[in-house]
Amino acid sequence: MTASPANSTKVRGETILSVDNLVKHFPITQGVLFQRQIGAVKAVDGVSFELRRGETLGVVGESGCGKSTLARLLMRLETPTSGQATLEGRDLFKASGGELRRLRRNMQMVMQDPYTSLNPRMTVGDIIGEPFEIHPDAAPKGSKQKRVQELLDLVGLNPEHINRYPHQFSGGQRQRIGIARALALKPEVIVCDEPVSALDVSIQAQVINLLKQLQDELGLSYIFIAHDLSVVRHIADRVAVMYLGRIVEIGTDDEIYERATHPYTQALLSAVPVPDPEAREQRNMIRLVGDVPSPADPPSGCHFRTRCWKAQDICAVEDPATVPRAADPHPSACHFAELRPATP
Amino acid sequence: MTVQPTPASATPEGGHLLELRDLHIEFRTNEGVAQVINGVSYHLDAGETLAVLGESGSGKSVTAQAIMGILDTPPAFIRSGQILYQGQDLLTRSEEQRRQVRGTEIAMIFQDALSALNPVFPVGWQIGETLRQRAGMSRADARRRAIELMDLVKIPGAAKRIGDYPHQFSGGMRQRVMIAMALALDPKVLIADEPTTALDVTVQAQIMDLLADLRRELNMAMILITHDLGVVAGVADRIAVMYAGRIVEHADVRSLYKAPAHPYTKGLLESIPRLDVRGQELSTIKGLPPNLMRIPSGCPFHPRCPYVQQVCVDVVPHDLVLGDGRTSACHFAQEVRDDSVAR
Repeated sequence: MTASPANSTKVRGETILSVDNLVKHFPITQGVLFQRQIGAVKAVDGVSFELRRGETLGVVGESGCGKSTLARLLMRLETPTSGQATLEGRDLFKASGGELRRLRRNMQMVMQDPYTSLNPRMTVGDIIGEPFEIHPDAAPKGSKQKRVQELLDLVGLNPEHINRYPHQFSGGQRQRIGIARALALKPEVIVCDEPVSALDVSIQAQVINLLKQLQDELGLSYIFIAHDLSVVRHIADRVAVMYLGRIVEIGTDDEIYERATHPYTQALLSAVPVPDPEAREQRNMIRLVGDVPSPADPPSGCHFRTRCWKAQDICAVEDPATVPRAADPHPSACHFAELRPATP
Repeated sequence: MTVQPTPASATPEGGHLLELRDLHIEFRTNEGVAQVINGVSYHLDAGETLAVLGESGSGKSVTAQAIMGILDTPPAFIRSGQILYQGQDLLTRSEEQRRQVRGTEIAMIFQDALSALNPVFPVGWQIGETLRQRAGMSRADARRRAIELMDLVKIPGAAKRIGDYPHQFSGGMRQRVMIAMALALDPKVLIADEPTTALDVTVQAQIMDLLADLRRELNMAMILITHDLGVVAGVADRIAVMYAGRIVEHADVRSLYKAPAHPYTKGLLESIPRLDVRGQELSTIKGLPPNLMRIPSGCPFHPRCPYVQQVCVDVVPHDLVLGDGRTSACHFAQEVRDDSVAR
């Protein structure tokens, strides 16, 4: 399969998706008949970023940081509390009816769990071909089966297995089916929500390589959500680090992994287990104390201050903006942003 | 907490604290018989940590369940082999005798603390249950000891939190409660089955530190079951790598990481993306793990192995001893190790 003619005229590197101050609060209610709102879980709390054509933006963070809610917002599976997002200049959240369908065609998702995201009663051919039923205008002119087989071949599965059911495939193969389904409508943006977390190491590498190869062939842009920083380093061009609903630091791969200025990013990087006993001993680890606070009741000011060893009075009062800092010219949301003296 | 370090004399002269000898386990299912464990042998001495590494379906957890005597039978049947604890074969003991070993001698913590804890009882009650049932403590004593144990695993405000329910704790704290329960009867061996898999990296580091500290303080031996090569590197003394129900490589941690001597270990190490090395294409192990109902002839890894020769298809490789107590079940172990060094 080659990139569709429409794609080839488009410039790599221009902004394709732009997200501005996106907020999603889930209300907490009390009472049965007259439900009063007594609070809100601030899952996504003012997130802004841009995704460029042909690049991979990695989104990393621990559980509860809002990265999956962000993915669901972008897919319009959730309605945002406030904020905007535009895909190729068209407003993602104002679109409805036919326009929304066209937008969705251009942005597809690969889910985390390859065991629950495929319908066990449908054949692989039906699963990958289903997008064509929802979007008849994007369906192939000739044989749908032929197109599905092309897709199977593209993701490295045997095209003859078109009539098999999901349970006849292994975890890695199922994830490939999920990727083929996402590619069916020739989207330009794919949101991958923890696409390799459920897979074994030897299989994980196969799927990562597949995603990279598809990006090169088809000029795709990825939003790659993961909690594994090593995986993200491998695939992402730029990385956004999230903590309690906010992006605390965003920059190129090197800016985040070599020159992080936010204490949370530094702690996260130092906690990643390195599979080498000798390199491990040379690292100097930052041990965070405590757990992530509840997003229903985040700390005032800087959300990270309760676990931060640099916290001062100002951190409780003033919310640090995600802006370029003196220490390094990439955006970091810390009043005391500085490079780590000894790199791990 | 008052714990006397285990005297080394608890182990008979020359023997190991825990030793598995040629264990074979099969699962008899409606679809057929799966050969889940095919001749596993390993040993553990007092105070040391052995990591058992493998991907899903390699048999690492089944082995642990066999040691604990908590295999579901059926479908699991132990076909042959011995599990020697302090020189005594556990498999020949009665269920009542095995119950005496469980918890007091060998204890286990599980991967998913939320489903391993009972949601309708306070955590203090659950920790104390073991003490009341097995150590015959009074309710007040059990409660006091439960607070001590929660302190030991560094749960802040233990005395205040003893009446809280599992859902009131975070994932990391729940895992600490599980560890406290496992330590209640001062076991000599702790089996940790993927103790940090469900946790975030920053919390994962806290739990691994805690386990390492406890092991040192209490002089426990530990079997750490994991699929994560990164986690193992920090805490284990020795590693046993499992594939298709066999131990394919066994070595001390440093030699294994420096120069793996089995193609499977080598492939695994090369296929993990590393934070400190920015690579281009990840190398992969081609193909899939075998179906345990139809394990390939000869070496079970041969369909996926870059070193494969005719002998691998025909002959099951024996453990090749490479010196320093290292073994590798590969016909070309020397070659693989030399390649790894050259890399």
